[in-house]
Amino acid sequence: MTAYTGRIAATRRGRTVGSRIAAGLAYPLGLPILLLVLWGVVATRATSTFFPDPLTIAEAFRQTWVGPAFVEDVLPSLTRLGLGIAASIVVGIAAGTVIGLTQWLRDLLEPLLEFLRAIPPPVLIPVAMLLLGITDTMKVVVIVSGAVWPILLNTIEGVRGTDSVMKETARSFQVSWWERLWFLVLPAASPRIMAGVRQALSVALILMVISEMFASSSGLGYRIAYFQRNYLIAEMWSGILLLGLVGVFLAVAFGLVERRVLRWYHGIREVNRV
Amino acid sequence: MRVPSTRRLRALRRAMLGVVGLTGFLLIWQLIPTLGLINPLYLPYVTDVLARLFEQLVDLAFWRRLGSTMTSWAIGLTVATIAAVVLGTVVGLVPFLRRATHTMVEFLRPIPSVALIPLAVLMFGIQRQAALVIIIYASFWQVFVQVIYGVADVDAVARDTARSFGLTRREQLSHLVLPTTLPYLMTGLRLAAAVALILAITAEMVIGNPGLGRMIELSRSAGDAPGLYALVVVTGLLGLTVNIVFRFVERRVLSWHQSVRGEEPL
Repeated sequence: MTAYTGRIAATRRGRTVGSRIAAGLAYPLGLPILLLVLWGVVATRATSTFFPDPLTIAEAFRQTWVGPAFVEDVLPSLTRLGLGIAASIVVGIAAGTVIGLTQWLRDLLEPLLEFLRAIPPPVLIPVAMLLLGITDTMKVVVIVSGAVWPILLNTIEGVRGTDSVMKETARSFQVSWWERLWFLVLPAASPRIMAGVRQALSVALILMVISEMFASSSGLGYRIAYFQRNYLIAEMWSGILLLGLVGVFLAVAFGLVERRVLRWYHGIREVNRV
Repeated sequence: MRVPSTRRLRALRRAMLGVVGLTGFLLIWQLIPTLGLINPLYLPYVTDVLARLFEQLVDLAFWRRLGSTMTSWAIGLTVATIAAVVLGTVVGLVPFLRRATHTMVEFLRPIPSVALIPLAVLMFGIQRQAALVIIIYASFWQVFVQVIYGVADVDAVARDTARSFGLTRREQLSHLVLPTTLPYLMTGLRLAAAVALILAITAEMVIGNPGLGRMIELSRSAGDAPGLYALVVVTGLLGLTVNIVFRFVERRVLSWHQSVRGEEPL
């Protein structure tokens, strides 16, 4: 009797483990695969030139981006993107900390920053072209001029929102200014800063693409626009796919960094929730 | 009695400093070309730009372009919001759908909307529809993600209570899900409004459908620096207006909510 139920329990457990693995794979992969298959079927049945089937796009992807184009177009774009993001983070956090800590400076700059932030960043591309010409510097400047605002404003808010009891405690223990900044103010502001960086990443990617569509003879954005003008549909789709992959990669990399930087913060929140 | 007066003094000081900041910015801008640091051809005098701005404001063609941009913006935002609210509520309420769509959403959302510009141009040509594709794609995700978070945030105790009191599905939606989701929805809407404006103007710049964006691109290629800068200022003012209006609406709609009530000075 016991052996009997035991075996049943074992088989049932075996099945649940198996089905759990199947479900674990089916949930994340099911819909994408289903859609891809559907796309393939529709694309081969209907003869719309604008929607080639996934296999054609994959082949175009391999032919277009694997090889010299990667060095000529993708790497320069990614370098500019990386430089732009890095500069935005440094400038945003540095300026944000200073402004956030200084009451009068904050009052002085608030309406101005509010206005500058409201300018749609792509509008600055023509301005940057006028001021800097069509150069790599201009593209990096464009990326920074759009991506810096979310970081800057979130840093200001985060620095301002530092717990006042902690601030006063640190001061009465005569913790030096630098130590206060490094061990209290910046960590306290870091959740806000990371939220700002997350917004900045997508802005930076958009600006990278548009600045290249506008004023460039190389780069991802230029390539995609070029393919479209020459009716190279599958190649154009492969470019969109590549940009999507860059976006996903940025999001994943950011997720990893955020988890590392904000480990203490997520820990606290979890404890609070329990 | 003393407390409000110091507060008013403080607000006055803030407003004055803000005005000083803005004036200082304009002064520096005026000084840079005056001192010859940058050629006025590239960075025109503030006075010229402001003069051009006022010229624009009495020009009917300018208002028509502005109207065209704002029409694309409004249509795009409305369509994206309705689609996102409906889909977000359904996906958020059904755990199966939420799990099944997760990877799809995580892959589609980071695709920069501007990457779709070539596709939109191929499909619709130089028309408003092409711009709408971009606007809707970009603003849809802002609202969709917030709605999913909001629907998932319904308090478990409140839900069980509602269920044991025998609330129907519709009553649960309107008395439980809606109030929980509304703050998230308003945040998403505010973000989406800003994003939609950015993409409405960007699309006009790149695609060339009529509107402020195309006007900017035209003044750049014509080398009309004061006109270009004036239009940049206009877009900034437009963005500011959208932000302020949506923040105001958010406060009004959520006046009952802790996050807004809590901000009131005690």
